[in-house]
Amino acid sequence: MIAPIRYRGPDEQGVRIEGPVGLGHVRLSIIDLRGGRQPMATADGTLWVTFNGEIFNYVELRQELLARGHRFQSRSDTEVILHAYREYGERCVEHFNGQWALAIWDVPRQRLLLARDRLGVRPLFHTTVGSRFLFGSEVKCLLADPDVPRAIDPRGLDELFTFWTPIAPRTVFAGIQELPPGHTLTVQNGRIDVRRYWQFDYHVEPGRADGGQRAEELLELLTASTQIRLRSDVPVGAYVSGGIDSAVTAALARRATGGLLHTFSIVFDDPEYDESVHQAEVVRHLDTQHQALHCTHADLGQAFPEVVYHTEKPLLRTAPAPLWLLSRLVRDAGYKVVLTGEGADEMLGGYDLFKESKVRRCWAGDPASRWRPALLGRLYPYMPRLQAQSPAYLQAFFRVSPADLAHRCFSHLPRWEMTSGIKRFFSPALRAELEGRDAVAELASQLPPEFGAWHPFCQAQYLESTILLPGYILSSQGDRMAMAHGVEGRFPFLDHRLVEWAAALPPRLKMRGLCEKYVLKRAARGLVPEGIVARSKQPYRAPECTSFFGTPEQPLRHDYVEELLDPERVTRDGLFDPVAVSHLVAKARAGRLAGVRDNMALVGILSTQILVGQFFREGVTGQAAAFDASSDWASATGNPALT
Amino acid sequence: MNSRQEKIVQFLQENLLFGQNAPLGETDSLLGLGLIDSTGVLELVTFLEREFGITVDDAELVPDNLDTIANLTRFVTAKQSALTPSG
Repeated sequence: MIAPIRYRGPDEQGVRIEGPVGLGHVRLSIIDLRGGRQPMATADGTLWVTFNGEIFNYVELRQELLARGHRFQSRSDTEVILHAYREYGERCVEHFNGQWALAIWDVPRQRLLLARDRLGVRPLFHTTVGSRFLFGSEVKCLLADPDVPRAIDPRGLDELFTFWTPIAPRTVFAGIQELPPGHTLTVQNGRIDVRRYWQFDYHVEPGRADGGQRAEELLELLTASTQIRLRSDVPVGAYVSGGIDSAVTAALARRATGGLLHTFSIVFDDPEYDESVHQAEVVRHLDTQHQALHCTHADLGQAFPEVVYHTEKPLLRTAPAPLWLLSRLVRDAGYKVVLTGEGADEMLGGYDLFKESKVRRCWAGDPASRWRPALLGRLYPYMPRLQAQSPAYLQAFFRVSPADLAHRCFSHLPRWEMTSGIKRFFSPALRAELEGRDAVAELASQLPPEFGAWHPFCQAQYLESTILLPGYILSSQGDRMAMAHGVEGRFPFLDHRLVEWAAALPPRLKMRGLCEKYVLKRAARGLVPEGIVARSKQPYRAPECTSFFGTPEQPLRHDYVEELLDPERVTRDGLFDPVAVSHLVAKARAGRLAGVRDNMALVGILSTQILVGQFFREGVTGQAAAFDASSDWASATGNPALT
Repeated sequence: MNSRQEKIVQFLQENLLFGQNAPLGETDSLLGLGLIDSTGVLELVTFLEREFGITVDDAELVPDNLDTIANLTRFVTAKQSALTPSG
């Protein structure tokens, strides 16, 4: 089961069979290179652990446990987990500051504990086959067992083509579940119990409105969180995107180490996506040793099947592909660990979606107002086609109905409705399977009871931080792309102390007017170049349709694209309507696939076809072919309607 | 159905409905049905200008002209009539 994910831990591997339990581990050696071998046991052999990730506060925890009489055999954070479990039991996770997926086998109690970090940085999947419970860091581990059925979960696809990701515990693989972030799972006496141990709390503390003081607090928190994320026995590098978030983390890392910092970035040939000018400004200011990956449209198309093999879910954007290429560059440069700015947009209010929601809500307050809808023109300045849109159409598209305004997921409805439009491409059989299901209504009914009492801005943050952050940003763009090349990402903005502090911050300090990440910008002054603080947010994006088809003047051809989007293949795989896909492909070839949704549809359909080919049929790439799958996805679902 | 309307319907069928046999009535709203996204109207305007030899002014980029088959047909007819020399 560990062989398919050797890329996550190329340095060592270990397996331990203890009675009814087997634990496996592939190791990326970062802390205590000699002493941290896994699976690891306590000296008396009564507790065993296999663990992926980092407990950054292991130094302090170790001191705490030593004072309570624990004795250690190594310097590793892994051993700290064992002793923390012995001291605190299942609640040991509440003492951890880090990013982890772990399993502890408690021999005397004959109990298995699985746990995942609060925000979902590290992945953890599980399934049950007969009386056997299987778990692993990736779905591939589970599918390596021949008894695990290979079947698409149509509801997982439905959620992905709504929210960009299935919502944990659901995955796109029928019967395979993901342990949600902030949860533990125990298996004992044949019983499985899942418990939540952490949750966002957006109860805003009164009297926290002083921006200057809050900026100082943020800087202190960020400094502390960066410092413990530099704990490593191998060198730590940093990504620099050209935006404020990664500039701040790189600046704090530079300040903390005092020495040379190695930074990495992506440079696009296409100026619409390229941020190299801003990256250069950061690199100059921080005086780092810098390496850039130059990325063309053709590179992205070529890398895409490998990317999907690692994300293990369809994608609606190509944005993970450059990050897969970048982690290869990092590994080749001899680095295993990088700091990045992920999480700042969710925690401190950076996304345009928050801005869009604010403008729509403001307009809904006075629908007859002439100036309020004019604010729509302030949205998405980096999207030339949207900017070219007429005011009347912008208003028509973003118009707020009374039903929308009353909806619990108000902020996300335009995004989800637009994404759901891709389901028009679903085959009649798949649509029939999903008849009557409303993924948004289902989600809205499962929101926490306190959700309704939160400020609308915080409601939007919650949805973004619990859906897209773990399901796409930290997974498809994060862990999976980095770990594909044995690189670990670390995220100072996702230290739970900072996350909890930010959740209680008044929304006006996150977005003042339409100025995003207001308090972060105040905190960053003097730390990073003024031009980086002042520039509007440009979200990280990558070319889509043109990565696969080029332009009519400079066409591109990737054989796998032709093969997987061929009408016969689409018909055979059964998920999409071959006529509609053919029209979409013709439009793409002609260079007329300009709309956001059409591009998402193309990427979504192609990546689904790749996934089906890799996990449910014969492989389409060299690596994926080695991971063969012969069973037919449709017959494996046991649903005759889909065969 | 006149030839203008046929061309418009054909464009919408191929480019917004992607050849699927979904019913699209003359007065069905393209926005309401979610067939036009936040950038999609530009594609429609490019088609109208190329196919019918008209120029769509900024002020004419409103749903009243472009959001249904009936509105589109009426708008194109009026624009072409304005182009035809009266005497």
